[in-house]
Amino acid sequence: MNFEFSDEQQLLREQAQSFLADNCSIKKVRETFESDAPYDQKLWKKVVELGWTAASIPENYQGLGLSYLNLCVIAEELGRALAPIPFSSSVYLATESLILYGSEEQKSSFLPRLASGELIGCFASDETRADSSLEGLQTNFSNGRVSGEKIPVADGGIADFAIVLAKKEDSNSSAFIVDLNSPEVERIPVKSIDPSRDQAKLVFHDAPAEELGNQDSGNIILDTVYDRAAILFAWEQVGGSDTALNMAKAYAMERFAFGRPIASFQAIKHKLANVYVKNTLARSNCYYGAWAISTNSEEIATAAASARLSSTQAFYFSSKENIQTHGGMGFTWEFDCQIPYRRARLLAANIGSEAIWQEKLISSIEANKAA
Amino acid sequence: MDFNDSTQEAKFREEVSAWLNDNVPSAKEMNGLDYLEKAKLWQKRKYDAGWACIRWPVEYGGRNASPIEQVIWNQEESKHDTPESIFVIGHGMCAPTMMSWASDDQKRRYLPKLASGEEVWCQLFSEPAGGSDLAALRTRAERDGDDWVINGQKIWTSGAHYSDYGVLVVRTDPTAQKHQGLSYFFIDMKSPGIEIKPIKQISGSSNFNEVYFSNLRVPDAQRLGEIGQGWQVALTTLMNERAAIGGGGGGVNFDSVFDLAKKVNKNGRPAIEDSQVRAKLADWYVQESGLKFAGYRSMTALSKGEMPGPENSIGKLVGAPKQQDMASFALDLLEASGSIWDENFSESNGLFQATFMASPGGRIAGGTDEVMANIIAERVLGMPQDMRADKGIPFTEIPTAQKT
Repeated sequence: MNFEFSDEQQLLREQAQSFLADNCSIKKVRETFESDAPYDQKLWKKVVELGWTAASIPENYQGLGLSYLNLCVIAEELGRALAPIPFSSSVYLATESLILYGSEEQKSSFLPRLASGELIGCFASDETRADSSLEGLQTNFSNGRVSGEKIPVADGGIADFAIVLAKKEDSNSSAFIVDLNSPEVERIPVKSIDPSRDQAKLVFHDAPAEELGNQDSGNIILDTVYDRAAILFAWEQVGGSDTALNMAKAYAMERFAFGRPIASFQAIKHKLANVYVKNTLARSNCYYGAWAISTNSEEIATAAASARLSSTQAFYFSSKENIQTHGGMGFTWEFDCQIPYRRARLLAANIGSEAIWQEKLISSIEANKAA
Repeated sequence: MDFNDSTQEAKFREEVSAWLNDNVPSAKEMNGLDYLEKAKLWQKRKYDAGWACIRWPVEYGGRNASPIEQVIWNQEESKHDTPESIFVIGHGMCAPTMMSWASDDQKRRYLPKLASGEEVWCQLFSEPAGGSDLAALRTRAERDGDDWVINGQKIWTSGAHYSDYGVLVVRTDPTAQKHQGLSYFFIDMKSPGIEIKPIKQISGSSNFNEVYFSNLRVPDAQRLGEIGQGWQVALTTLMNERAAIGGGGGGVNFDSVFDLAKKVNKNGRPAIEDSQVRAKLADWYVQESGLKFAGYRSMTALSKGEMPGPENSIGKLVGAPKQQDMASFALDLLEASGSIWDENFSESNGLFQATFMASPGGRIAGGTDEVMANIIAERVLGMPQDMRADKGIPFTEIPTAQKT
């Protein structure tokens, strides 16, 4: 039994923690959160210099070709720091789409530039108020061009290109690469529940597009990319959830009421013990996800849904109970409790809701049992 | 990351598996035996072949196995249908206390017979006035020559009725502060002055007892630790509650409710097609898999010769309420027939009803949900202890329901 990160990966974790303590304190996160800047450009530049955007890209495309376990470690630490950068959009979604489905030419063109930070990518699938499936897709592709609207697109205001899900003339869906700097693309900023992260509406007016070089349908692409991304999102979520727990605990230890620290009241102890329990279950499921993504396991659908579902639930729970533990102060703008609460909601909304992952989980278990 | 055994572990697993395949008692062999006889037969067979209490020193009947080998043994044994163990408390709690606190002669006398199953032990800790607050216990021991004379009552004593020996915490000095007036003994359960009355549980079965002492005489030589040191000795017992890793769990779980949801209909369709049912199942699945993989992380630590981390402490707090909720949900799926508990009629021979009625006990035994949450808050998260009304004063002056 070796169900643990390697010494080398633990070292990476320590380096990441010390780097993020210096460059992404909660104070720094709040600067982005309160400014008009869509992300922390300085932090992003340093993250690129550390090679984190290149971690999972194979060496023949100028990446580092590291194990996905390394990427899981990075994801957890970025999540813990509540980092205001487009890492999930560019790395877990856009880069992964290209690695999985790009033609040789597309990989050679995009991956080295993603590794070096020259390009930021994003993933544009959703386009209606409340349906993340591809059933009612209105965005169309024909004659090398896409038309339609995508909203919301995480990091759509800052990315250089998007992987866009659209319907072809034969009404099958597929994924397309679209240069967001082309004049036929209109980017409309939208306000986000988490202002430390960018959200946009993208309107394509016959924008030039090329299909990701693959044979799979849009649904399969979406499922495959989302399953892998879900594991990395889950690690970010569980990292963020730890931060919310630590904020709550630190406050409970120093806040006095009735002549004693509120951390000595069972009401608070039991609350935070329950947060710890949920975080621990989520982290253990994330380990399963890390194993599955790093070994290309056939169990990846089950592992991804388990990790994603439990981390989504854990982060929501810890971030709301963190506010509750702070009492009235937690409800003030001045305190930082709102930042993990908002981030938890953002990450829960990206790549499909809790209900969708519950359904995916049970479907995957049914498929495993039938096999 | 991988789930594989090391070469050494794989070799050990193979050896265990082969021995179990050849030696687990067949149904024919056990025909006509009661559960005590079955349990003792299996334990003796393991002991004779050197597979009993494998982590113990060889001289006491073990084989000096490592913690990870114990986990492997548990996993392999749980694959077989073996007699229900009656030795969990004796092997898991009494024996480690004896190893830490008894004399060498006593260890040589008692431990091998514990290992072989020839003698069964129980634990006499809880009292009507002291459960979660164990140190509030009132059973008195007074010195009389070379003996102690014991009067009082214990409760929730599992297996007292078939035990040969028991470990006992009593109050030897009521004028001292609560934790300082206790002493610890082991006693012969067949002595005069002990009366055992079974307690009928809400589930209908009777696994534990009230134990009454009237002028029970215990030789001072059976005291473990110094007079007044009973709380420290008791902590040794409590710390040895076996880590619940490896092995399998009985009762209702994800698979049993999933299978039920395929069998029964809801609104004219199989319940498994109902999105609410699926959502609930998904939530329980991630709890169950979270516990499983937390166990794998603990096993990894053991495999490297390290101590498991605090993730191991959540098992009971998650598992026990989950069993209760899943059983209740399953009974709901059964609609009106969920209220019938008749082995000839009920789905799965009444598994869901039985779990529904047994699971409240799981949330109380061995530390209530609330005590487990306190333990996590204090020992894992480092939060302060609750303020106490009984600190720093003699036991006799502590407020009780009778004298507030």
